[in-house]
Amino acid sequence: MLADFPYYIAAWIFLCGLYGIVRSRHLVHTVICLTILQSSTYVLLLAIGFRAGGYAPVFAGISPGVVTVDPVVQSLMLTDIVVETTVVALLLAMVVKAFEKGGTTSPDDLRFMRG
Amino acid sequence: MSEKRRLLLFLAGAVGLAAIYTAGILNMPAWGTYRGPYGDVIAGLVVFQRHATDVVNAITYDYRGFDTLGEEFILFSAVTGVTLLLRPESEEKKKKFEEGENPASFQDRAALSETVQVFTTAMFGFSVLFGIYIGTHGQLTPGGGFQGGLIVAAAPMLLYVAENTEAFERIISHPIADFLESVGASAYALIGVGALALGLPFLTNMLPLGTTGDIFSSGTIALISACVGLEVAAAFMGLTYEYLREILSRSRNEED
Repeated sequence: MLADFPYYIAAWIFLCGLYGIVRSRHLVHTVICLTILQSSTYVLLLAIGFRAGGYAPVFAGISPGVVTVDPVVQSLMLTDIVVETTVVALLLAMVVKAFEKGGTTSPDDLRFMRG
Repeated sequence: MSEKRRLLLFLAGAVGLAAIYTAGILNMPAWGTYRGPYGDVIAGLVVFQRHATDVVNAITYDYRGFDTLGEEFILFSAVTGVTLLLRPESEEKKKKFEEGENPASFQDRAALSETVQVFTTAMFGFSVLFGIYIGTHGQLTPGGGFQGGLIVAAAPMLLYVAENTEAFERIISHPIADFLESVGASAYALIGVGALALGLPFLTNMLPLGTTGDIFSSGTIALISACVGLEVAAAFMGLTYEYLREILSRSRNEED
């Protein structure tokens, strides 16, 4: 069980972010908690691709054929980061608009927004 | 929902997730004993097939280049979305912003030490150069378009730290940023279409591969990485500008 520690760290970061969102009293805080929640996926992806004794998948300085960690999940993580950034940018713009329309930054006071 | 009930709901969910997650992890291969075949296959082939040494970038811009094209357009549409959301809604507000002088809020502050001002300004050129270096060497060492573009986009913020708000605003609001953003995004798609024109599948690496380890190696990987860098740099400058304009128009409105 201890050997799988990174997997549990990923879940822990996820729950920390989720707890922050649940207890959030400010929309910017909510967005930041979402980034914490999402950073758990980086840990999980890298943990899955990790191999004990593997080199970084960059063949500048090491000869081809050397055992490396998985480059595919690292590439996926790059996509993950870009998507997170765009989501945060959009959410923060929505926070600005929510403050303009409702005059509040507290998630509890957003009750004027009804579908 | 009250605070307490919300917390109880979260705790119930967290316990459930922890249980299911733990059960899942216990049935997975132990950490550090990676068994997936794809990473190994690609890592063994990249240097020979694509003459690139950074496998991660070879995957991002070549083997799954189609995904990255979509990812690039996610960024593109997000910037459009932010621009739309933060647009000045009333004509009056817009006019006020355009006629506004440098906001007092920046000048009111105690003067920054000259050392900070000189060094942050001097670091501007270095940051741009470093960003370009990272962006153009992605096929060889860790780096690439996304990372390099971000460093370039962050460079003008040094001017903001140096309280040279005017120069900062002038750089990030330059109309050429919009143009370069479109060029970067469309060039990526056009490289893909170029392969179609030669009768090859979309986004095939059809350029000469060059010598492994050279800066002009790896065919389209280096080229696409540069296009992505251009788009990312311009897109993030655009994002910064939208938020800055929001702050400035707010402080200008408060002055009246």
